[in-house]
Amino acid sequence: MTVAKPLPHDAAPLHVTGAARYVDDIPVPANTLHLAFGLSRKARARVSLELSAVRAAPGVDLVLSAADFDTVPDCSPSAHDEPLVALDEVFYAGHPLFIVAARSYGAARRAATRAEIVYEELPAILTVDDAMAADSRFEDGPRIHTKGDVDAALAAAPHVVEGSIDIGGQEHFYLEGQAALAFPTDDGGVIVHSSTQHPTEIQHKVAEALGIPMHGVRVETRRMGGGFGGKESQGNHLAIACAVVAARTGRPAKMRYDRDDDFVITGKRHDCRIDYRAGFDNDGLCLGVDFLQLVRCGWSMDLSLPVADRAMLHADNAYLLPAARITSHRLKTNTQSATAFRGFGGPQGMVGIERVMDHAAHVLGLDPLDVRRRNYYREAGGGDEAAPGPKPAMAAWAPMPTTDLKGRGSMKIETPMGGSRRYKGTHSPRPKELPNTTPYGMEVEDFILNAMTDRLVETCDYAARVEAVAAWNAANPVLKRGIALTPVKFGISFTLTHLNQAGALVHVYNDGSVVLNHGGTEMGQGLFQKVAQVAADRFGLPMEAVKITATDTAKVPNTSATAASSGSDLNGMAVKAACDTLRDRIAEVVAPELQAEPASIRFEEGMLRANGAEMPWAEAVTKTYLARVSLSATGFYATPKIAWDRIAGRGRPFFYFAHGVACSEVVIDTLTGENRILRTDILHDCGRSLNPAIDMGQIEGGFVQGAGWLTTEELVWDGSGVLRTHAPSTYKIPACSDRPKVFNVALWDGENREDTIYRSKAVGEPPFMLGISVHSALADACAACGPNWPDLQAPATAEAVLAAVGRARG
Amino acid sequence: MIVRFLLNGTETEADAAATETLLDFLRERKGLTGTKEGCNEGDCGACTVMVTDATGSKALNSCILFMGQLAGKAVRTVEGVSGPDGTLHPVQSAMVSHHGSQCGFCTPGFVVSMAVAHLNGETDHDDRLAGNLCRCTGYAPIVRAAEAASAEPVPDWMSADAEALTSPFLSTGPSLDGASAEAPFVPTSADALAEWFVAHPDATLVAGATDVGLWVTKQLRDLSPVAFLNQCDDLKGIAVGDGEIRVGAMTSVSDFGAAIAPHHPSLGELIRRYGSVQVRNAATVGGNIANGSPIGDSPPALIALGATLHLRRGGDRRTLPLQDFFLDYGKQDRQPGEFVEAVTIPRQPDRLRCYKLSKRFDQDISAVCGCFSITVENDTVAEARIAFGGMAGIPKRAAAVEAALTGRPWTADTVTAALPAFAEDFQPLTDMRASAEYRLRAATNMLARYFHEDSGTAANVLEVAP
Repeated sequence: MTVAKPLPHDAAPLHVTGAARYVDDIPVPANTLHLAFGLSRKARARVSLELSAVRAAPGVDLVLSAADFDTVPDCSPSAHDEPLVALDEVFYAGHPLFIVAARSYGAARRAATRAEIVYEELPAILTVDDAMAADSRFEDGPRIHTKGDVDAALAAAPHVVEGSIDIGGQEHFYLEGQAALAFPTDDGGVIVHSSTQHPTEIQHKVAEALGIPMHGVRVETRRMGGGFGGKESQGNHLAIACAVVAARTGRPAKMRYDRDDDFVITGKRHDCRIDYRAGFDNDGLCLGVDFLQLVRCGWSMDLSLPVADRAMLHADNAYLLPAARITSHRLKTNTQSATAFRGFGGPQGMVGIERVMDHAAHVLGLDPLDVRRRNYYREAGGGDEAAPGPKPAMAAWAPMPTTDLKGRGSMKIETPMGGSRRYKGTHSPRPKELPNTTPYGMEVEDFILNAMTDRLVETCDYAARVEAVAAWNAANPVLKRGIALTPVKFGISFTLTHLNQAGALVHVYNDGSVVLNHGGTEMGQGLFQKVAQVAADRFGLPMEAVKITATDTAKVPNTSATAASSGSDLNGMAVKAACDTLRDRIAEVVAPELQAEPASIRFEEGMLRANGAEMPWAEAVTKTYLARVSLSATGFYATPKIAWDRIAGRGRPFFYFAHGVACSEVVIDTLTGENRILRTDILHDCGRSLNPAIDMGQIEGGFVQGAGWLTTEELVWDGSGVLRTHAPSTYKIPACSDRPKVFNVALWDGENREDTIYRSKAVGEPPFMLGISVHSALADACAACGPNWPDLQAPATAEAVLAAVGRARG
Repeated sequence: MIVRFLLNGTETEADAAATETLLDFLRERKGLTGTKEGCNEGDCGACTVMVTDATGSKALNSCILFMGQLAGKAVRTVEGVSGPDGTLHPVQSAMVSHHGSQCGFCTPGFVVSMAVAHLNGETDHDDRLAGNLCRCTGYAPIVRAAEAASAEPVPDWMSADAEALTSPFLSTGPSLDGASAEAPFVPTSADALAEWFVAHPDATLVAGATDVGLWVTKQLRDLSPVAFLNQCDDLKGIAVGDGEIRVGAMTSVSDFGAAIAPHHPSLGELIRRYGSVQVRNAATVGGNIANGSPIGDSPPALIALGATLHLRRGGDRRTLPLQDFFLDYGKQDRQPGEFVEAVTIPRQPDRLRCYKLSKRFDQDISAVCGCFSITVENDTVAEARIAFGGMAGIPKRAAAVEAALTGRPWTADTVTAALPAFAEDFQPLTDMRASAEYRLRAATNMLARYFHEDSGTAANVLEVAP
């Protein structure tokens, strides 16, 4: 049994010795051309180029601008709105203007600086407010999901909290920058090595650019040095540029972005502003929420529509909202085209509702976890109703609407300093008559956060620590602690339903060794290892018998991006299907000799066994070969049960939900806003984990990345739309000491209700959103400084925390 | 230029341009692609290599390490961290078994940093690894691996570099015979440098290259003529005398931090957060002053300590208070052909507190760096020396604040009364690191923090236990 074992990443020995090869490490012929883009320095302008000095620069063999194409190839994954190089107008600072192909990387970069670019500047739309004012958007108008009568619910609600949160974007900062390498073939085609999560997209766009069928383009991806969504569509430009140059010159062409160029050219996580109005009763029960999501999409459409959709689809997170309206504007601005990033909009949507829960708890004087628990969806199997717990405590005070707080329309409650809040262990089974459905009408059938929260509350000692934090704060005038426990419920499946398919190709050779290929790409998440464990398990073989090979569009066609956390769900099932086809064939051949029904033969420990007889795997393979039965099979999988109407905002977009809970404790300095994560406890749901060690890695890493997004990772554009944080010197992802000082991570011992690969669950994205617990804890610490709602924005840099401390004090 | 060094134990002679980076040499010319380029500016550590010279084995960023700085040294890359027969180093085995790699791209740099720490017996893993960024793991499994490996013995091939430094092959320095580019000047004494620099006042002096390196890798500038100062041993070192502490300009920031910490622990802590291990091993005290940056971390601390700068031009030497060296943004009181020889710090009772404010605690450039040395006698402020980085175009003293404190009782009231003086001293800028308002507010609050800490009130989040 190789599944469920905590085996190391298949390439770990190659990683640690430096032997693992990435695109830029592939040996290339001496005549290879090295490419660089010349970039716009203005956010919006008409441009004219004088490139003679570039062409004359040492080592330069080819320079291509829009004038050098009959039709400039398109790089967009969606709307055909991203020419490879700008035509005559640039739409963001960083917009590629021309391609230099030179005999070295350095020569190409130096030559690119020699261009004379004349800009005729035009008014740029930079912010969501600019875009709303100019009605600059994708799609005709906002998308709106509605459930119930939210206006009536808010009108009748005893308490209404209202506010707004700015949520910053995020640079992927994959350690390996974007890279591609193209070799021209003798028949007019091209072989492309690309650091991409989506080889089929590269193949499709390169074929389109060269005007040849897809069969003329083979794309290979062995591994990426990190992706996180940033290599779902952003690698198109490099691969297309390389293919075009290779086709024109007959020479190999390689392109990799310098890190600063990578920051400036490529898209990032969508930043957004979420305005909210939410109605609550005295006990913290949410009666209705109205969200306005203003999503800054940048200059081209890219993947912004489904990203914004997913932000809407996670505006409920773990909460059963009786009435909800989610309005989403997808705004077009003269900035980098925001793109996929781990969570794909989900994190932004989730921050919105978690903010509402914190705000409501503050206004009502309740522990935020009590408010959260009161609003959870009903547990799968009705487990919540069996759960023991104290009754909801009565409010000990009469809520009094007083003055408006900082113009945000919430009601001011005098909260005693030092934190008198108590966690009451609220359990609040929702009435059966209220359907357990999301705002988009999907029945929540597999909710397990009530039980998971119970467990984490106990293991992290939440109730006692809430009181300890309050006591500590009462004794410390300068430093303040905060604590928060937040849930994650994340929908698994591509919301574009047809993407939920995968293929695999499995060969068994005469000697019994197995080679495995599937459409998923390896970016560090351990997909290859997990899927190889599935294959080894199906055949009852040791891991060494299974060879994992690079993703290759010539082996498995028409694949979806490795994205949406779907890699092991889809490809694991496709590989299983291929393996089971081969098992059936081999069993059919050897069944007479084993005197068994084919279906009764077990594949285990390198043997085929039935009825007390056994045959070594290699012998069975040889017999199958001699019987002239194919030892090669494809496998295919399409996710069942899903159906989604994105325009109506109705249906079942997700096969299932993955869950997690995190409790974080932080400390802030009220003089400077500096802050630290002191401790984080996580309980996460991977179903029946395919590889607990790899899943733990996704959880720990995802959490830290999520915490980074909401704390130190701040993207700053200046007033002219130029990104000022364009290197690790100015853009700060978490460093080693930024992980929680105490970091306890555990897997929930359960299995997926749905029939997924070995009943496991997707794990790539969901843990990212556990980082929201850090933001809520920081807000809690700020709230300990004074009676007012601190209204902490995101990212919670030291500066933002200090501002929130000031608001809390009033 | 011909440069001779050991590369993974092999005698290597390279014909290189003076400012070719070791990273490019390894990847493009030697096919040693295990060393990765993550940022090409010394901020991510993916290119970390081990460099051994007479002072020991250190982790350095090869992306901003010029070939001209390597003469006579031994370089070990990730490929050389494994044994000659492929045996994994203990940190490599531990990284595999503790799941310390995911995408693997940062891993070679981590492995080298960990192997150097392992060789040197250093177990402060968070600090040793602050210069290596990982985007996948969240660091926890990497630290677990480092902890697990720390008990294992040092493999013999890791200590071989130090023993091989005496090889006659290495005694030949860079020569003028190279075909590929103009040779740099590599003086071996301050006298030689002084003489040459007077004759070549437009030359670029390269001390540690942690700043100048980016002129090459990011600004694509030609630095020639260039002089590498790393062989001027008489510009290195720290002498602790009865009256003063003299720090040679070419003293690495690492060595400075270790030497100053016993005298001024808060400055030692500031240096701990200065850059990263790799940066501190390369960067020099003189370079951090001479480049005139308004956001360098050592000048405000040195100014608060009343340091004196020692300048030399040819045979002429002069001294001036360090604060007077910084005239205006990008402009220092340094004549053509003049260079920083040393800085001296008067011995004094320690009253220094350094407050470095940055978006990230480790390896980040300060938004504000406030350094305070306030001497209190008989409950009265006898002297206040307060200097800031990040608050003006130069490292600058807070003269009005100092005046508002001096001669007054050391009380909360005095501190409160002095706070408005910050706005007289500083009109900071807004940039990507912080807004002007925040800078002024935080700088002001730092005085309050100094008072709190002096009164025994906890005011440092880094000292809070979970």
